[in-house]
Amino acid sequence: MMITSLLFDALIAPFIEFSFMRRALIGAFALSIGAGPVGVFLMLRRMSLLGDAMAHAILPGAAIGYLFAGLSLGFMTAGGLAAGMIIAIAAGLVSRFTVLKEDAALASFYLISLAAGVVIVSLKGSNVDLLHVLFGSILALDDATLILLATASSISLIALSVMFRALVLESVDPTFARLMNAGGSFSNILFLSLVVINLVAGFHALGTLLSVGLMMLPAFAARFWTEKLTGLMITSVGFGFLSSIIGIISSYHLNTPTGPTIILASGGLYLASLLFGQRSGLILKIMRRPHLAR
Amino acid sequence: MMTRAAPITLSDLTLGYDRHPAVHHVNGHFATGSLTALVGPNGAGKSTLIKALAGALDPIGGICAIDPSLRRAYLPQLAEIDRSFPINVHDFVAMGLWSKIGALRALPPLGPHRIRDALNTVGLIGFEDHLVGTLSGGQFQRALFARLMLQDASIILIDEPFSAIDSATVDDLMQLILRWHREGRTIITVLHDLTLVRTYFPNALLLARDVIAWGTTETVLTDDNLKTARQKIEAPDPHAPLCEQVA
Repeated sequence: MMITSLLFDALIAPFIEFSFMRRALIGAFALSIGAGPVGVFLMLRRMSLLGDAMAHAILPGAAIGYLFAGLSLGFMTAGGLAAGMIIAIAAGLVSRFTVLKEDAALASFYLISLAAGVVIVSLKGSNVDLLHVLFGSILALDDATLILLATASSISLIALSVMFRALVLESVDPTFARLMNAGGSFSNILFLSLVVINLVAGFHALGTLLSVGLMMLPAFAARFWTEKLTGLMITSVGFGFLSSIIGIISSYHLNTPTGPTIILASGGLYLASLLFGQRSGLILKIMRRPHLAR
Repeated sequence: MMTRAAPITLSDLTLGYDRHPAVHHVNGHFATGSLTALVGPNGAGKSTLIKALAGALDPIGGICAIDPSLRRAYLPQLAEIDRSFPINVHDFVAMGLWSKIGALRALPPLGPHRIRDALNTVGLIGFEDHLVGTLSGGQFQRALFARLMLQDASIILIDEPFSAIDSATVDDLMQLILRWHREGRTIITVLHDLTLVRTYFPNALLLARDVIAWGTTETVLTDDNLKTARQKIEAPDPHAPLCEQVA
């Protein structure tokens, strides 16, 4: 009895008591559903750093929106989307038409974007606003923001299911996709848009710097548990959910900033998977060495 | 000779990268249902030529005319296939039906049967659920041939399918090529193994940037021709990049 009531107080009561806790949880769930599968594809296509670069690229766009209209959901979202798409296309063009490879092109863009974004925000606002943009405000999600997050993850899931076959083909065998006219560049751009949409939704809750965390870390963690594509996507969403719950509860009890705590929880799950995962987890690797064992 | 319109006709075809020709002034045609081995030393332009036939490389001069009503299938030598991607053998092979199903349509009624038949033909029954990353080199080549089979193309272009493949696999896949030949498909294969060419291929094209010889295999693969081809590649013409007919 004692233990169950303790658990209830620790895990359930905060959500019953405070609506901002419930909103934070729903918002983080919505982000996990949208971002997880996209993160899996980024990982499988060895484009993990691209998510990071895009997340930074969104900042100046959101900052310009902020410059015009303050902390306005609509303006900052539109600015972020526009900036993300411009950087995605620009990086593609630079790597295609100049000597720089895509990673160098992206790295240069995101350094410039991050610096520009911070400067633009501080032109008008206070450090509080800057922190809001950089690290989000998941404990202050209003109805409009929640609807935005849910819409973004719905769009992401629907678009991903429509383009799924083309994206798999393009990922496995780009030469064949080109020969089949399978819409390679179209599905590439559509996929990058999904990355941008998820990151822009994520930055309202987690900020531009950390929104990519809920996209990539659950995907990395999932890689240690399953090898099937469907399994990877479902597991990544599961890890996203778990990170959200652990992160929000811990931040409540430990009085830590919620966004970073969620990402830390996600990181913790990743490290645990790295050690204990049933597929090439380190512990299992050390224990099962049938050909070397004596 | 040309009683029926040839599916592939080349006139003065010149190919290259960055305006440096790799294959010069090729004239001729591949007849319907012909089985041709494309041979020549390394650097002779075999892959370049077959790439152009596949439509993956635009000529820098001349014409590569291919009957547009015929479906082409091309298996490149160094396909940029990501074998670590988690896709199983069944789904990988099923991609051969892309021209029928595209990105959104369901498999046609006979689809599952055709996929199974293709897997059976290449001896990969039982591997349907295995990820392609777990296949050996030979098994993966079998999967690629199964996919090629599902593409059901009239023109089949294969670039060096048998490098680093064990002899049992070569035998099986060679039988599949011969079956396609009996079905009346036009097949062009880049090969290095001249014994294989002499045994199975009625026609050969010997390339060393220019066409050295093109015709029936025994008239093409003569010692003289092979020597000429070798010398041409070993001692490149210093004026080669300045081909007047193109410039």
